[in-house]
Amino acid sequence: MMLAEISPSPIIDINDLGLDRGAHLLIKRALRDVPVAAKLGVRGTAPDLNVHLMGWCRAQGHQLEFANNGTAWITRGDAQAGRWRDSEQAGGSDANASGAVADFPKAAWGLAARGATVEAGAPEFHFTFAAKETIWANEAAHIYAQAVAAQWNPDEAIDWSATVELPEEIEDAVVQVMTFLIENENAALLVPARFLGQVHPHFREVLQVLAIQIADEARHVEVFTRRAVLKSKRLGLSTAGGQASLKTLFEESEFAIASFLLSVLGEGTFVSLLHFLHLHAPDPVTRQIAKLTARDEARHVAFGMAHLQYQLKNDSGLRSRLAMAIENRFESLSQTAGLNEEVFDALVLLAAGQWSPEAIAQGYAKVQTLKEDMAEGRQLRLHRLGFDSSESNRLASLHTRNFM
Amino acid sequence: MTDTQTLVMGAVAYAPKVVTIWDGFKEYFAKRNFSFDYVLYSNYERQVEAMFSGSIHLAWNSPLAWIRAERMAHAANVPVRAMAMRDSDCDLTSVIVVRNEAPIKSLADLNGKKVAVGAVDSPQATLIPLDYLRSQGLKPGTDFTVQRFDVLGGKHGDHIGGERDAARALMTGQVDAACMIDGNHLLFISEGTLPQGQTRVLAQTPKYDHCNFSVGPSAPSDLIECFRTLLFGMSYADPEVRPLFDLEGLKAWKEGRVSGYQLLDHAVAEAGFYDARGNITVTDYRY
Repeated sequence: MMLAEISPSPIIDINDLGLDRGAHLLIKRALRDVPVAAKLGVRGTAPDLNVHLMGWCRAQGHQLEFANNGTAWITRGDAQAGRWRDSEQAGGSDANASGAVADFPKAAWGLAARGATVEAGAPEFHFTFAAKETIWANEAAHIYAQAVAAQWNPDEAIDWSATVELPEEIEDAVVQVMTFLIENENAALLVPARFLGQVHPHFREVLQVLAIQIADEARHVEVFTRRAVLKSKRLGLSTAGGQASLKTLFEESEFAIASFLLSVLGEGTFVSLLHFLHLHAPDPVTRQIAKLTARDEARHVAFGMAHLQYQLKNDSGLRSRLAMAIENRFESLSQTAGLNEEVFDALVLLAAGQWSPEAIAQGYAKVQTLKEDMAEGRQLRLHRLGFDSSESNRLASLHTRNFM
Repeated sequence: MTDTQTLVMGAVAYAPKVVTIWDGFKEYFAKRNFSFDYVLYSNYERQVEAMFSGSIHLAWNSPLAWIRAERMAHAANVPVRAMAMRDSDCDLTSVIVVRNEAPIKSLADLNGKKVAVGAVDSPQATLIPLDYLRSQGLKPGTDFTVQRFDVLGGKHGDHIGGERDAARALMTGQVDAACMIDGNHLLFISEGTLPQGQTRVLAQTPKYDHCNFSVGPSAPSDLIECFRTLLFGMSYADPEVRPLFDLEGLKAWKEGRVSGYQLLDHAVAEAGFYDARGNITVTDYRY
């Protein structure tokens, strides 16, 4: 393209490029420099150029006339400028820049990229989580980056061919624990998934964290299942009490409370359990799985903590709602059996590794230590969320006996 | 009969979007305390008749419907006028397109050939291009065969399906030339109906105009004036208006003019589509 200044109005030469091959790009580009109601000359040799210019200019709202020398003169219309009048920038791309993440992104920003210029009149999307305070965490971008870097492929990260030759009842105990883990990971997958579709995409980093968290859980369900069926043809038992506990989690509609119950308390407790399995599982495959999944779960806990710390700064009533959530859950589960006996026994047996009274005693003691570790972890996290020591201890003890 | 408080407009339902468009206009006017309603017709013939029976005050008319309204008004000695039109209704042309490799270099080469047109009642894809060929010494049906692609009779070619079918027939070799509105040649190339670089424009008709708001004899002048003020106050820069304009294919409303209907008026007379009083005289027209 060549801009010639042979007259007061600019002229572009598009050679043999027709509008049927993209010439409109050159014309639009040149028109950007022409004021509304001013003229742009177009010269070209493409067949049917004039016919196509007539249709194109009409559709774009430009006037068109042809000079005797063959130059097409386009008078720029005001439609394009009008389209972007009253448009606005939907925050900024870099979350760390001042004002980049709006406290209340507009419904009409909808699915637009954060930082995009949004045309006025776009349809409104009514996301449930459209207030920064209810969903945001300053560390989200960092946690997401960590998660992306830490993704692992079950086929490569775990040596599935390692020898797993356990006594039948020990293998059954492993299968029972895997069955329990799968059930809990189904909850850990579905709870963020249910929130994900309700979050305003303006909070991009939060969407990304939730999405990768869901992918993590999908992978966990895979590896726990693969371990369960490695030697056994059937999975273990699922109890009504266990599912009742998870259902209270599943039905929570406030993101902060769901994060609290699932990530801070549930997954936090699970990190202890997975560390326990990493140390005490009777076979290398289970130990590898436990190590990798614990690392992912720790990230989920970190995001839950980060969000709650963010929201607690501005939401003075949240801390008491969190306490009440634990108490309500405790009340509603008080008539259930807590951790199912099969899982508890399986953990003891798995840690014992054999049936001798001495080994069982050791296994039992290890599980008791695990429970203490879990409670301590919960107390610590509650303390970090601003609960005082006695309240942390009390609330930690009310956490579901089902672990998650 | 219409009441005197509400302006009632007729529109033809050539596509589902028509409901969206006129509902949008109705809401826009209602917000400005102007009572407006619309009636949908399945064809322009009944809509034009409704202008004279008093069922509607004004009509969003195709150019062919305008020609008929004008003839009926003249016969009845009552007034009709074209009040406004879209910017995109002005200065259209139709083109006659052939395959690039075809040995058809001039209009005379169409002698003995088969030319595809749109619906029998399409001004842009049938009546005007055939009349243009007639003016160039080629008599339709005698000097060349006319292959009609009738889609949705009574819609006056608003539905471009007939033009698209004609373009497809050109590429399959079923016909030697196809008639279409100028902008549709580029559209059919961009959507892939016509492969890029494989067709060329053999001829282009002179310019003509398309739709208009036709004001009927029973229209209350105060309501029309109010409608006119609101209509010309609409701006493409207004996000409430823009989606309606985009659907209706305009960037701005223009004053109505009737100087651009002479080509079609001539074509209608030559084709015997309507008589001088606006009666339908074409024989194979179903709507």
